[in-house]
Amino acid sequence: MIKDITIGQYFPGDSPVHKLDARFKIVITAIFIIMLFSADNFISLGAALLFFVLSFAVSKLPLKLILKSMRPIVPVIVITSLLNLFFIDGVTVISIWKINITQQGLRTSLFMIIRLIALISGSSLLTYTTSPITLTDAIEQMLKPLEKIKFPAHELAMMMTIALRFIPTLIEETDKIMSAQKARGAELDSGTFIERGKALIPILIPLFVSSFRRAEELALAMECRCYNGGEGRTKLKVLVSGGSDFAALCTAILFWCAVLLLNVYTYL
Amino acid sequence: MENIIKTQDLMFYYSDISDEEQQEQEENAPKAEKKMIFEDLDLEIEKGSFTVILGHNGCGKSTLAKHFNAILMPCGGKVYSAGFDTSDEEKLFDIRKRVGMVFQNPDNQIVASVVEEDVAFALENMGVEQGEMRRRVDDALKAVGMYDYRLHAPSQLSGGQKQRVAIAGIIAMRPSCIVLDEPTAMLDPTGRSEVLKTVRRLNREEGITIVLITHYMDEAAQADRVVVMEEGKIILDDRPENVFSNVELLQDVGLDVPQSTQLMYMMKQNGFDADTHIINEKEAADFLFELFKRQVN
Amino acid sequence: MMIKTEKLTYTYSQGTPFEKTAVNGVDLEIEEGTLVGIIGHTGSGKSTLIQHFNGLIKPTSGKVFIDGEDIYDKSVNIRDVRFKVGLVFQYPEYQIFEETVFKDIAYGPKNMGLGEDEIKERVMQTAELLGISPELMERSPFELSGGQKRRVAIAGVMAMRPKVLILDEPTAGLDPKGRAMIFGQIRDYHEKSGSTVLVVSHSMEDVADFAQKILVMDHGKKFCYATPPEVFARAEEISAIGLSVPQVTKIFSLLREKGIDIRTDVYTVPFAVKTIKEYLEKEGQLP
Repeated sequence: MIKDITIGQYFPGDSPVHKLDARFKIVITAIFIIMLFSADNFISLGAALLFFVLSFAVSKLPLKLILKSMRPIVPVIVITSLLNLFFIDGVTVISIWKINITQQGLRTSLFMIIRLIALISGSSLLTYTTSPITLTDAIEQMLKPLEKIKFPAHELAMMMTIALRFIPTLIEETDKIMSAQKARGAELDSGTFIERGKALIPILIPLFVSSFRRAEELALAMECRCYNGGEGRTKLKVLVSGGSDFAALCTAILFWCAVLLLNVYTYL
Repeated sequence: MENIIKTQDLMFYYSDISDEEQQEQEENAPKAEKKMIFEDLDLEIEKGSFTVILGHNGCGKSTLAKHFNAILMPCGGKVYSAGFDTSDEEKLFDIRKRVGMVFQNPDNQIVASVVEEDVAFALENMGVEQGEMRRRVDDALKAVGMYDYRLHAPSQLSGGQKQRVAIAGIIAMRPSCIVLDEPTAMLDPTGRSEVLKTVRRLNREEGITIVLITHYMDEAAQADRVVVMEEGKIILDDRPENVFSNVELLQDVGLDVPQSTQLMYMMKQNGFDADTHIINEKEAADFLFELFKRQVN
Repeated sequence: MMIKTEKLTYTYSQGTPFEKTAVNGVDLEIEEGTLVGIIGHTGSGKSTLIQHFNGLIKPTSGKVFIDGEDIYDKSVNIRDVRFKVGLVFQYPEYQIFEETVFKDIAYGPKNMGLGEDEIKERVMQTAELLGISPELMERSPFELSGGQKRRVAIAGVMAMRPKVLILDEPTAGLDPKGRAMIFGQIRDYHEKSGSTVLVVSHSMEDVADFAQKILVMDHGKKFCYATPPEVFARAEEISAIGLSVPQVTKIFSLLREKGIDIRTDVYTVPFAVKTIKEYLEKEGQLP
């Protein structure tokens, strides 16, 4: 059922990772990603991985969450690794028919798999430990300086806030409209691809119509509560950064340096 | 008594063409395109009162309410809200801060995904300082009895609870008046009574003026004053018991009367000396008890 | 027996911390042609219950028979059940999607695979019953007023001519005039078609007025299924489960509390007047 889709992925908790300032968490995640891409060999990649493993341990999240976040990207992992496996020249290890699997191919392929998995787990750790609202706030504040060059930081954040707010409402609504059309004999789960596409019309049109109506009413309600864009706005919750945030940032930078240093092994 | 809202010769119409176009072709302006909603409407709402505006769908009651906090501008005449002329654009936020508005669909007026952040929305817009904001948000949530739910997501709440959050979002602005446009139309009986209790308490304890737009008779029966609208005109304006005694008139314009009043009315038709100013079950039971005592012995 | 349930139970999110039994062991028998009012507050399971009758929700345990047929049996095509049992959801106007009123009402009959003439005949006949004038048929349904849209949406299900018609709060959000109109039209439909009609409502006063039988649901269980006088004779128990009884019923309960020996199963105003007269004739004199 459509209701089973989980949105936001936030996993509430009380760990030091949860408590970090969301802005720092975003920056640290970015550093981690850079770390992964600047690693040239298995040893430096190992250092980057160590950073992830430590962060994950501190977050006290159940391991199965990370496995869960892998599920949607399994096909991507398989395809990339196969491509690397078959199309890199070098010393042949196994030869099947016309395809040669090379030492280099195996190496690159394994390297890519580890890097991809680390990449997804790292960014999942950010969304698992930060509520979507806090994340939005953090993005707004980080983009704030860009407002000087007319970048709509506040508007962007407001759109994200509203989208988050209305996702559950719209899921519920879609469910209701689907049931209503099924009751009128709509066939939603059988038929050819085109037939299924056509069967979506009775669901999409009412959904659009109601979204427009909601948008209009919401805009009016916002105006009635003195909404006038981002200027002069204050916030109920202000993000505050402290010593632990800087400590975490420094740790991330140190690990990055370590990765860069360990890269020399490639050239030895 | 002082007025919080006053309309003077208020005229409003919807027209197929926009105002600017209208001005351009002023001379040969086609008057026929206009859909007149009301003409020469005079209404005063006393400060601190609890007024219900009653009427069936399309009678103009919601259009009128939208004039009270400058969502709609009069096409003729004046509307004064909290002492300001609503057509004065400079005073827009002064008006909206003082005369708050709650709408019918609770889902479509909650902005944030956490209850307390939604209540803070207006204060954030007004640039209220953080400490003061925290206090006001907590006070507002306590005033509607939703403080325990401050960290919930709106989607976890019932209709009545959502509507109370919407009310809290308005009272956080510390308005002197709240206009509620059919706030109970989409709620179940439990939600309706929750909202009505909240509104009555805000009126009595906090002294906030309430203008409640509804088509539910039992809600109107609890007000100080009931204004009945039909086709853009005020046809009755009095205390509820006096309004409801006009059983035939109300039924003619497609409205109900409370069953107690209806019972009195039917008894009168059956030759009893019944009082159609009775609007609730307690008064009706008292009346029948007296009647029985007189007739049975 | 048109609708029959045996120990019908439905549990949401089974096996998770959010597990909740919405319908709990309901045994019910509804005779063909009955006009039934279903009452219960939000969360009493009434909406979940009715979705079992046309195969939208599969019971966790128990059985549902429509017209003697177990609808969740493997040999039964669930789509046929949906044509036999028409379900009108709450705020049905939000499911409207076609370009014209005619096409929207015709959507259900078309899905049934009916011929063009048959569809046209059904659409026009249903529209007339619901007071949708012929000149509206080629208009866009989105241009109509709220009340008109609601009637178009109801017509869309009625035009399928189901043996059982179920309406979930068909008058929600309407004013008294709109409410009276829709209830009147449902009654007309019931009389003309002779089919079984189930109406879910929050308003005891409305249900008391038109239903032949009332089903009261409480916490997922059947509280009672009986005729209005039988139900309102238990007015106190009904108030105790948090449902409001009609104001006239309350008046008579109050009189009884004051020591007057009068019947309390009074649920409409004309009936109340009759009761008062009878009491005075018996006990004293009419003024």
